[in-house]
Amino acid sequence: MEYFSKIFLILLSSILVNNFIMSRFLGICPFLGVSKRVSTALGMGAAVTFVMAMASVITYLAHYFILVPMEMEYMQTLAFILIIAALVQFVEMVIQKMSPSLYQALGVYLPLITTNCAVLGVAILNIEEKFDLFQTLVNGIGGALGFTLAIVLFAGIRERLETSDIPEPFKGFPIAMITAGLMSVAFLGFQGLIK
Amino acid sequence: MKVKDVLINGIIKENPTFRLVLGMCPTLAVTTAAINGVAMGLAVTFVLAASNLVISLLRNFIPDKVRIPAFVVVIAAFVTIVGMLMEAFVPNLYDALGLFIPLIVVNCIILARAESFASKYNPFYSFFDGIGMGLGFTAALTILGIIREILGAGTIFGASLFAQSFEPAIIMILPPGAFITLGLLLALLNKLDQKWQQKQAKQV
Repeated sequence: MEYFSKIFLILLSSILVNNFIMSRFLGICPFLGVSKRVSTALGMGAAVTFVMAMASVITYLAHYFILVPMEMEYMQTLAFILIIAALVQFVEMVIQKMSPSLYQALGVYLPLITTNCAVLGVAILNIEEKFDLFQTLVNGIGGALGFTLAIVLFAGIRERLETSDIPEPFKGFPIAMITAGLMSVAFLGFQGLIK
Repeated sequence: MKVKDVLINGIIKENPTFRLVLGMCPTLAVTTAAINGVAMGLAVTFVLAASNLVISLLRNFIPDKVRIPAFVVVIAAFVTIVGMLMEAFVPNLYDALGLFIPLIVVNCIILARAESFASKYNPFYSFFDGIGMGLGFTAALTILGIIREILGAGTIFGASLFAQSFEPAIIMILPPGAFITLGLLLALLNKLDQKWQQKQAKQV
């Protein structure tokens, strides 16, 4: 039972309390780049969720079954980024073959994910926190869901911002940053959920 | 093309943070104190200069199709070196920057410069482009760090600025402060840019 409550805590923490964008600052580039429309934000969120779940598990296996036995932990960064790049390429090819309609929807976002620091970030965090395989998977999915939540909410606000009257110097990035700042204040409210 | 122009281009004209708005994750995350901003900036400068130099030397040998993975391997090697050096010589800063040291690998500035500059120009210019861009990034992070540290903690580079009665605005060193400070700074720069352009137009 204690194990399950720990899993639940990890999920809650990765989605809300330590939200990847709002409190850890991972994945800001796609957050600002692909958040002009709610539909594209959802597509990006789905692609990231898929890749992050797979990357968490594969980097976990690579760390404990290849790097640790060979005493090459210092190669972690290099190994993880190569795994993620290869994984993204592989996922792209599989989706293209299996489901052209899904590829149409996610296609453009997939190559962008290689340089999404949230994916490499979650892989390194999983190792640092000494999670087991299942906790790693939960943390990966939770983090990605938190990312999706933040980017979709942000896209909703930005759609509205487009039609509102913003002072000239604030147009574009500045107002987006301040909007993100206010959202981040709201996410601070979750801080008390977990002690 | 002169070395001076290449350097100034990176620091001012195409400042990676304020002009290109690249590499936002470390910019927002580590600038809770000025010293962290400086350390992060210098680590990125080293990786940028070294990887630009090596990629430029290899630019005629790397096949076009696998260039991105090849660039990433070169960058990851230098990031590992920086991480090890920092852990050995400045363990405090290494702990403060934490996760964001290995994450220099996926900093968009470095890959962007490899792709748009180092793979086209000779090693000499590429090296200085890396230095210029890196210093521009360092300057931006330091400015953000100083503003947030003064408002959020009442100190500058760790030295206390105000009397006991000063009540620091904690929100500035929490995550929202990062977004809001950068947003206001970008708006201020836009305003200054507008003024400057109007002045130019009048003179013409």
